[in-house]
Amino acid sequence: MDVKDIIKPENRVYAKTPVLTSTTMHYCPGCSHGTVHKLIAEVIEEMGIQDKTIGVSPVGCAVFAYNYLDIDWQQAAHGRAPAVATATKRLHPEKYVFTYQGDGDLASIGTAEIMHACNRGENIVVIFINNAIYGMTGGQMAPTTLIGMKTATSPYGRTVELHGNPLRITELLAQLDGTCYVTRQSVNTAVAARKTKKAIRKAFENSALKKGTSFVEVVSTCNSGWKLSPVKANEWMVENMFVKYPIGDIKDR
Amino acid sequence: MAEKILMKGNEAIAHAAIRCGCDGYFGYPITPQSEVMETLMEEKPWETTGMVVLQAESETSSINMLYGGASCAKKVMTSSSSPGLSLMCEGLSYLAGAELPCLVVNVVRGGPGLGTIQPGQGDYFQACKGGGHGDYKMVVLAPSSAQEMYDFVDLAFELAFKYKTPAMILADGVVGQMMEKVEFRPMKPRWTNEEIIEKYPWATTGKTPDRKQNVITSLALDAAIHEKLNNTLQTKYKQMEAEDVRFESIKCDDAEHIIVAYGCMARICESTVEMARNAGIKLGLLRPITLFPFPSKEIDRLVPQLKTMMSVELSAGQMLEDVKLAVNGRIPVNFFGRLGGIVPSPEEVYEAFKKEIGK
Repeated sequence: MDVKDIIKPENRVYAKTPVLTSTTMHYCPGCSHGTVHKLIAEVIEEMGIQDKTIGVSPVGCAVFAYNYLDIDWQQAAHGRAPAVATATKRLHPEKYVFTYQGDGDLASIGTAEIMHACNRGENIVVIFINNAIYGMTGGQMAPTTLIGMKTATSPYGRTVELHGNPLRITELLAQLDGTCYVTRQSVNTAVAARKTKKAIRKAFENSALKKGTSFVEVVSTCNSGWKLSPVKANEWMVENMFVKYPIGDIKDR
Repeated sequence: MAEKILMKGNEAIAHAAIRCGCDGYFGYPITPQSEVMETLMEEKPWETTGMVVLQAESETSSINMLYGGASCAKKVMTSSSSPGLSLMCEGLSYLAGAELPCLVVNVVRGGPGLGTIQPGQGDYFQACKGGGHGDYKMVVLAPSSAQEMYDFVDLAFELAFKYKTPAMILADGVVGQMMEKVEFRPMKPRWTNEEIIEKYPWATTGKTPDRKQNVITSLALDAAIHEKLNNTLQTKYKQMEAEDVRFESIKCDDAEHIIVAYGCMARICESTVEMARNAGIKLGLLRPITLFPFPSKEIDRLVPQLKTMMSVELSAGQMLEDVKLAVNGRIPVNFFGRLGGIVPSPEEVYEAFKKEIGK
């Protein structure tokens, strides 16, 4: 049997959503970004909202998200995506507006913007990739870097005395009256990825219902930054990251 | 003739925004311009024209809200004063780099630092020479009356969309706070989403099946592409210099001396010109209305008939540099300025002028 005999429409069990472009991703093998991109793309396709969705990309590894999701994008300054999304959503209330931000972007330089967008209860979706490191700039300490974790700017391991504490910003944002749905997920297994997709779908649906801000953190791997193989990075994440950043819904109203 | 209403320059800005079809205002309170947002909140334009008004958490956020709105080709604006503008410089650089139109009003106070809430013109360099990082310029309009505060809102949007660039109204505390008669212009409706899609196909309005995705970004890691993007910007700035220089000449035709002044200082120097003329001195006033593009060609044209020029500013001498560049060493260029929020009288300027020309 030839390969051409197998590749037939009736044998097809999976197809890439057209919302995901065919551009080769610049992400490292094993990185969680690609999986999360795919999940967002699938949600957009399944909800039929490609023409109604505007994404706001961050500064960081996901700065090029616009190369991979075939929707309109605004590339924001570092940390400012929630402010950019606020105006876009208020001027286009019928659109679905989401930000896609890493931990440096959202939990360090952009804390004021995310805090106030969430507190105002902007009807936007926030996808927060927490891999506890600055990937794009070469593996420096992030606000979410764990105690003891070695990075380019904490080469002997993060200490509270020298670097301060890792920030659980998701728990903080769940305290705000403006957030309606705050959840922490991961994409390290097929089951986890399916749960994350469900969370993203719910977040997008919430924004149409004008319930407030929906916030989906995805605890992610950065195996290049962590200097681990993709498989080892997943194991390390489960053993260490999930302790500080436990998976599950934090708020749902 | 339309009705004239007595109001502050800052209030005129707010009324002009509503009436010229502005889609959104995003701002943060700071003296001496808080009346802009206060007036908008009182007027509730979201109930009439549908204009969005939002108090942001900082100037950093308000300028980035403009980035979002401008990415949708909406007419968006903010207003602030000097320290707030410093915070906005990051955003302005991104807006210029991404070629986005918007309006920023700076009602300048004295600096540096927290400075004073009294008027100043010390933000000329920041406004005209970039302010943020990278090689960029903005259209900079300098109103000298409450009526111009009103009229320049519409003009600034027109120029901002013509060049896909941030435009700034560089006012000062005097022009913002003083009350004058203002004539309202006819209402212009806001653009519909359909009109925006038709006129500005680059806008992020949602990717429909009939077009490619629209991406608003200032990022280009390929050096050749990035240089091309920079050259596009520089070409625009040259076009602005060729097509959109604006200035007012008062008694310049037969002048032997000319004072160059903008904003509130131009109003004061008008009286100085009167004093000199009454004393038989042929003094004129050149008032740049666009600070960028600067009326260099007009100065160049006037130099052969002149003995001296003098730049008069509420700064330590910022516009002075542009006057000197245009004069190019052919005649003496003098300077008079006050700092700290002190606004000189016409007499004080006249005395300084006479001293410089040796009379």
